[in-house]
Amino acid sequence: MELKNLKNAMKQWWILFVAVLLALGLWLFDRGRGAQMVDVTLYSLKEMLLVLPPIFIILGLLDVWVPREQMIRFMGEDSGLKGIMLAILLGSAAAGPLYAAFPVAQVFLKKGASLRNVLILLGAWSTTKIPMLMFELSNLGARFTVTRLVVDIAGILLIAWIMDRILGQKDRAEIMEKAQ
Amino acid sequence: MITALIFYGLAAALLVVSFIKDREKTIKALKKAGKSFLNILPQFLGIIVFVGILLAVLDPQTISRILGKSSGVFGVLLASVVGAITLIPGFIAFPTAALLLKGGAGYMQMGAFVSSLMMVGVVTLPAEIGYFNRRMALLRNTLAYAFSLLVALVIGLVMAL
Repeated sequence: MELKNLKNAMKQWWILFVAVLLALGLWLFDRGRGAQMVDVTLYSLKEMLLVLPPIFIILGLLDVWVPREQMIRFMGEDSGLKGIMLAILLGSAAAGPLYAAFPVAQVFLKKGASLRNVLILLGAWSTTKIPMLMFELSNLGARFTVTRLVVDIAGILLIAWIMDRILGQKDRAEIMEKAQ
Repeated sequence: MITALIFYGLAAALLVVSFIKDREKTIKALKKAGKSFLNILPQFLGIIVFVGILLAVLDPQTISRILGKSSGVFGVLLASVVGAITLIPGFIAFPTAALLLKGGAGYMQMGAFVSSLMMVGVVTLPAEIGYFNRRMALLRNTLAYAFSLLVALVIGLVMAL
C-alpha cells in the first residue's frame, strides 16, 4: 500500500522534478535566459491559475448534475451528427491550453461520451478556440485563418475517425479504467 | 482576460443555481473540482516550468533566426518540428508568425508552425499518456503532426492563388 502511494506520487511529481532540475541547470548556465525563464514561468502560472478554477468548477457541476443517460444521448456512440457538432462547439468555446482539456475529456468519457466525440472535443480545443481565432485573424489575416480553420476541422474529424478505428478493445478498456 | 471573466461569470451563475437546487450536490461538485484540480496541479506546474525553459531558450528572436531564412521542404519540416516541440501561447505565437512573414518567411512554413503548435504537444505528452494511454497519446500526436504538414501544403497553395 505504502509502495503504491509512493509510486503514484512519483508518477504525479516526476515531470515537475525534471523540469526544476533543467531550470536550475539553465539558470546556472545562463543567468540572462534564466531570468527570462522565471518571467515566462510566472506569467504562465498566473494565466493558468486565472483560467483553470472556473473550468474545474463547471466540470465538477457537470459531473454531479448531468446524468449518464443524458451524456450518452447527446454525445454517446449513437449521438451521430448532434454529438459531433456538440463536441466541436464545446471545444471552440473553451479557454486555456490543450493540456487543460485532458481532465475535461476524461470526465466526458466517464459520463459516457464516445471516444470519437471526445477526440473531436480535444481537436477542437486545440485548433478552433474562438478567442484564439480572433487573435489569429488580426495577426495573420482572414485568408490564412479561414484556410487553416477549414482544413483543421476536416483534420480533426479525420483524425478522430482514424483513431476510433485503430484503438482496440484493450486500449479502450485501459482508457476507461483511468477515467473511472 | 475577457474569456476568463466570461468563464468566472458562468461558473458563478451555475454555482448559484446549483446551490439553490441542491446544497449537498453543490458541495460534492466543489469537492470533485478541488480534487481533480489538485490531482493535475503537479503535472501542470511541471509543464509550465518546461514551457518557461523552452521559451527562454527558443525565444521569439531565436525562432525568427531558425525559421526566418528557412524555405522549401526543409523549412516546412523545421517549422513543424519547432511548432511541435514548443508550447507557445497564441498571443506570442501569432505576432511572431506575422513578423516572420513580413521578414520574408513563407506562408507554407508559417502554416506548418502554427498548426503543429496548436495540435501537437511533445512537452505535454507525458500528461496526455497519464490521462488516456500511451497508444492513444502517441497516435493522436503522430497523426496531428502528419496532418500539420498537409495544412502547410494547403495554406501554401491557397496563399499563392
